[in-house]
Amino acid sequence: MPKLIKDGAIADNTWQFIDTAEDANTPLPTAPLPTGNIIVPLAVWQAQKETLKGRRNEIGVWLNSTELADTLGSDAAELPLIALRFPVFMDGRGFSTARLLRERYGFTGELRACGYFIRDQLFYLKRCGFNAFDFGEQYDENELEKAMQSLNDFSDGYQTSVDQPVPLFRRRA
Amino acid sequence: MYIYDAHDKHILRDRVAQFKSQTERYLAGELKEEEFLPLRLQNGLYVQRLAPMLRVNVPYGMLNAAQLRKLAHIARHYDKGYCHVSTRQNIQFNWPELPEVPAILAELAEVDMHATQSSGNCIRNTTSDQFAGIASDELIDPRPYCEIIRQWSSFHPEFAFLPRKFKIAVTGATSDRAAIQVHDIGLQLVQLNGETGFKVFVGGGLGRTPVIGQVVREFLPEADLLSYLDAILRVYNQLGNRENKYKARIKILVRALGVDVFTTKVEEEWQHIKDGYAKLTREEIERTQGFFTEPAYETLDAAAEESALKAVASEHKAFSKWLTRNVSEHRVPGYAAVTLSLKPTGVAPGDVTDSQLEAIADLCEQYSFGEVRTTHEQNIVMGDVKQSDLFALWEQLKALGFATPNINTLTDMICCPGGDFCSLANAKSIPIAEDLQRKFNDMDYVYDLGELDVNLSGCMNACGHHHVGNIGILGVDKKGEEFYQVQLGGNAGNDTSLGKVLGPAFTREEVPDVIQTILDVFVENRTEEELFIDTYRRMGMKPFKERVYAKAD
Repeated sequence: MPKLIKDGAIADNTWQFIDTAEDANTPLPTAPLPTGNIIVPLAVWQAQKETLKGRRNEIGVWLNSTELADTLGSDAAELPLIALRFPVFMDGRGFSTARLLRERYGFTGELRACGYFIRDQLFYLKRCGFNAFDFGEQYDENELEKAMQSLNDFSDGYQTSVDQPVPLFRRRA
Repeated sequence: MYIYDAHDKHILRDRVAQFKSQTERYLAGELKEEEFLPLRLQNGLYVQRLAPMLRVNVPYGMLNAAQLRKLAHIARHYDKGYCHVSTRQNIQFNWPELPEVPAILAELAEVDMHATQSSGNCIRNTTSDQFAGIASDELIDPRPYCEIIRQWSSFHPEFAFLPRKFKIAVTGATSDRAAIQVHDIGLQLVQLNGETGFKVFVGGGLGRTPVIGQVVREFLPEADLLSYLDAILRVYNQLGNRENKYKARIKILVRALGVDVFTTKVEEEWQHIKDGYAKLTREEIERTQGFFTEPAYETLDAAAEESALKAVASEHKAFSKWLTRNVSEHRVPGYAAVTLSLKPTGVAPGDVTDSQLEAIADLCEQYSFGEVRTTHEQNIVMGDVKQSDLFALWEQLKALGFATPNINTLTDMICCPGGDFCSLANAKSIPIAEDLQRKFNDMDYVYDLGELDVNLSGCMNACGHHHVGNIGILGVDKKGEEFYQVQLGGNAGNDTSLGKVLGPAFTREEVPDVIQTILDVFVENRTEEELFIDTYRRMGMKPFKERVYAKAD
């Protein structure tokens, strides 16, 4: 079973990622979706929302970096998992999307980073509300262990954030 | 000056440790080149033409004596004995070794300094008025707000991977010395019905596409500062162009959406977050203001000090010139602000050596409450000097090479490091500055020209602010050869304007004579009270263009 970092520990990745076709013009998958825990593209969710709602706890949705938080909007609150896919680690849109999902759209499930991001971003990602990190093939389990250290690169931060809404200036003693 | 508490120190130590570990991983081959790149940039480290360059932040330009001595130590031990004041008030080291950078950052942290986010696609060092807190035209001291912004922007988890770099400047005076209209966000402190707040400009900037910022809000209450900044940055982070780095600055987004649509988006976002925890408390504003209280000024008799000074000046012509050019008014009677010129002929504009830094540290302790300010014109200001000390200070500055009486004149040029150091540059810039200083070495002539900003950049990234120079010089590359384009009519400050290109570019050898011709046209046509920019605005480009290119034929 592939591994990821979840809630600060190595865990099994129990979700199957349903990718989009490489060619954007290819119609969305009409074939039946697999059973079990699956993470579907936003477009699939939007097209099949009503039927997928019947499988409530086994349907997650993933967004690419151009799909901002308002594309899911209030649907977010109902989902058990949302994954944000980073096309490249320099694309920082996902940091805003994560905060908005958590802080505006009431998402309380697993917020997963996937795609190409790097361990040196873990602390900021965590502050923005991510709690799961799927590095895919990038790291083996040993490297995942090491990468986890970066979750705690800093002991504190100045700003308001998902993991600490009260900014430092309100907490200085 | 702001003093770090245990929280600030702890966070900065964490950063130093983080970068040390990242550098070790990079050197061990565990971190890829392209992944290390943004990490080192966000710690101030560039890889330049000849060696790495480390840019150290000087938050809103303030430095104390201990920090000056630390910079001197770093220059001596890790570099070639000098450093450079940048056009954004920062300090740059040109020759550090990559493996030693973590040690340099650890040394800097000992004196509450850092290189955090001095480069990269993130929020950069906030800049301000070099006369903050002492200018006689100041409404409100901007420095406490700059410090609040510094903390908010440092390690901001949401905005470390923006489409492009992001620069904020703040002014609290009626005369804008911080060039706020050419920043991504410019903040002007204002008062409305007794309440303090900001006029907010967005989307200014120089570089490849120079733009003057537009007002998105006439009055933002001070308590809402951080939530409003969050709103602007969030809109930019989500909607800014990430496909083309030349179209990625917020100015392009503001232009693409139109300022009205952009403003609406910001205001909508802000409505969601304005009453959250980011709202500044009165306690926090006052706590921060508490670090920028007045030093222990003596009560002095302004008239007596003034006449004593005049008496000395009347006997020393050179001192008198320096007084006129390099000494500014202070809002406290009997005090003055002194600008140390880092532009003597033959020295790269803004360069300062280790022993000079130590001498400045000693002098500021003796004469100016132990603090100095760097300026975006690449000079250093001693802000709080007693008028009765000016003569003694001048004599010492003269010996150190800092008393060239050229502030705000032709030879006080803003000049980027250019092709001698920078890997982005298309052409050299420092030698052009030197050519001009040698050509215009008659100080009486230079004084007669009056205030004149000549700004030089070695490429269109415009670190030398050539767009807002009255005369701007831009290095360009034509088939592998260096040429120089001349622009006229730029101006920084309240009536910011962007220069227009005079015509085809010149060779390096031609530049001094071209500038001479331009100045001739000015001198022949000016009215008694006009500065260069006024004459240009009245007459337009035509007479300058005709004369310059007629001569070239």
